[in-house]
Amino acid sequence: MKELMGVINLDHELDKLNELTYFRCGAAVPFASRYRLIDFVLSNMMRAELESVGLFVRRKYRSLMDHLGDGKSWDMNRKHGGLFILPPDWNDPTDTSLGDLQHFHNNLDFFKRAAAPYIVFSGSQHINNADLQDVFRYHLEKGADVTMVYKRVEQLQPEHDLCLRVEVDETGTVTNMHHEKDYPNVYLDIFIMEKKLFLEQVEYCIAHGESFFFRDAIQKHRQKFNIAAYEYTGYHAVINSLESYYKNSLDLLKQENYYGLFKENPVQTKIKYEAPTRYLDSAEVSNSLVANGCIIAGTVENSIIFRGVQVRKGAKITNSVIMQKCVIEENAVIENVIMDKDVHLSKERILVGDSKRPFVIAKSSKI
Amino acid sequence: MKKKEMVAMLLAGGQGKRLKGLTKSLAKPAVYFGGTYRIIDFPLSNCSNSGIDTVGVLTQYEPLVLHSYIGVGGDWDLNRKNGGVFVLPPHERENGSSWYLGTADAIYRNLKFVDQFDPEHVLILSGDHIYKMDYNAMLRYHKQHDADCTISVIDVPLEEASRFGILNTDEDLRIYEFEEKPARPKSTLASMGVYIFKWEVLRKHLLTDGENESSSHDFGKDIIPLMLEDGNSLYAYPFKGYWRDVGTVTSLWEANMDLLSDEPPLNLNDPNWRIFTRNPNAPAQYVAPGARVSSCIINEGCTVYGEVKHSVLFYGVEVGEGSVITDSVIMPKVKIGKNVRIHKAIISENTVIEDYMEIGVERENEDEILLIDNRNKKRKSAAAKSI
Repeated sequence: MKELMGVINLDHELDKLNELTYFRCGAAVPFASRYRLIDFVLSNMMRAELESVGLFVRRKYRSLMDHLGDGKSWDMNRKHGGLFILPPDWNDPTDTSLGDLQHFHNNLDFFKRAAAPYIVFSGSQHINNADLQDVFRYHLEKGADVTMVYKRVEQLQPEHDLCLRVEVDETGTVTNMHHEKDYPNVYLDIFIMEKKLFLEQVEYCIAHGESFFFRDAIQKHRQKFNIAAYEYTGYHAVINSLESYYKNSLDLLKQENYYGLFKENPVQTKIKYEAPTRYLDSAEVSNSLVANGCIIAGTVENSIIFRGVQVRKGAKITNSVIMQKCVIEENAVIENVIMDKDVHLSKERILVGDSKRPFVIAKSSKI
Repeated sequence: MKKKEMVAMLLAGGQGKRLKGLTKSLAKPAVYFGGTYRIIDFPLSNCSNSGIDTVGVLTQYEPLVLHSYIGVGGDWDLNRKNGGVFVLPPHERENGSSWYLGTADAIYRNLKFVDQFDPEHVLILSGDHIYKMDYNAMLRYHKQHDADCTISVIDVPLEEASRFGILNTDEDLRIYEFEEKPARPKSTLASMGVYIFKWEVLRKHLLTDGENESSSHDFGKDIIPLMLEDGNSLYAYPFKGYWRDVGTVTSLWEANMDLLSDEPPLNLNDPNWRIFTRNPNAPAQYVAPGARVSSCIINEGCTVYGEVKHSVLFYGVEVGEGSVITDSVIMPKVKIGKNVRIHKAIISENTVIEDYMEIGVERENEDEILLIDNRNKKRKSAAAKSI
């Protein structure tokens, strides 16, 4: 099905994960032992067999580009179409566009060259495995101008506060959008619209000095359009703060979340050629996710361990997220900690954070 | 084609009968090893790490899995514009067709393939062994000695020497005699099945051997004696390090067990010498509350609720609550139910082991490694129940 193309728009995502996003954008933050947040949306788009996928990013994209390469890991290194990483580069002297409209205006050729008449837009902060082809079928069936994807969240969390809510009538039409904190229908930052309509609206918004496509073209003028709502019911996590990152990481240890996210739909990521993980005789591991390439001689409980981590004898890790290639030496103790990549923790050190406010160790620290 | 200094030819057509059910529909080099690898990953990764970018893989027996596994070689960084990996099954020719009759015959039938690259040297490898080796260091040695042929050797204990092809050499390691499985070995230098030949010299002997109808067309049995007779200079290249033949169910099991000590003799975690493999891209392994994992190797995609001790788990294996697995090798996507007991066994791919099954516990012959084969379910359950 080559009627649909994808846009991953990272421009409006705020990097509020403290040390984790000082030097990388939110989409490049490592998650779930071996992925980065961007992998989930890319894998959804891969499964939907989109013609091409454009990625709009403004800042701190070195590590993101390093991770994505030519898109091979998501089968997006195609002769025609595939993955297009489009960092800011605008030289049109007559250009007056603002915000994410800048991306769209300066990359009109990307949209015009693609044959697909429809576009699915997504951000990277809502981790989900929505079937985008099913959303597209629904969009066509409803004859809508725009289809928004939402999930009814029974137990709202602080991270949902910033999310847009949609009110939906019994016909599946969006009747209102707002930010009322107690309203359960959380918008997943995924929508589909026809390319022709999108390009018209981009032009209209720029002419009117607007700066943010979804808010200014769709949300503000919702009465102008027939907006359908697609209800998604699968795994969903919002990662827009350090607290939500930590909580949703450890929540993957619950069976329903692990299976909900991974069982049906394989999530693709950049391949590393690590050996399988080796547990030594002294290893004691329980309720943890562990990626490949680790050598574990110590104790690991309720934790998320990324690729290539070494936990030496007598070391103890509890309720923590330990990223790629960290080395935890003998008898060190770690509790409620998020440890970024390549951290080296010496023997006998003790790092303890709070269960609500984890202690974050910046990348490549030596402690 | 661009000229290459050395081209590798990897003999991967063997059936590996002694691996029994594991090679029923699979060539031996495609057999699984070490939690994520197939045997052929070792020679292919060695080539890649040694900077050898042109590899012909000679296939014959049950090549389907092997062919699709190798693909265009991208996983070993062998998808090159000049060179790369080439799968070379037997093919029909003007004057008739037949299978590869022996190791030398396989190369003889692909003279044209090698000639395209006009190489100075040819590296002959087999897909039967687990080892990490820098072929480039061996090539330097070969050139230093201006040898016509260099054979990599490993020092084996004298009492085991009669199981190998033994090379008898002078003090300077020049070979004067090759003995296949000698009853009374004169030396302990065993051939590892890794050869470097000057292509010009090998080519000449292959042509001679190819004409000889009484020949078995084997490198060890025919080509090496032919070269010795001809007065060519053959040298032994002493290799130090881990090297294991995994030609039998027992040796395959033992080599897997070798990986489980706290300081394993074969380091698979060396960032400077990675063993590349096709990655199934499975999620991280989940070790549940109450599970126990020790002295084991576990791959991604596994979910462990029971106890795994001194065992190797390939990707996507499920171990149910209350199950205990010891001294075993569990191949990809095996589903193990609850309260199962498995001891000293190899369970092949996709097998389903039902709740309360006991495999390999309380058996007569402790030394034997049980092989549970998914392709013959009746045999599987019969074997499992009787033990």
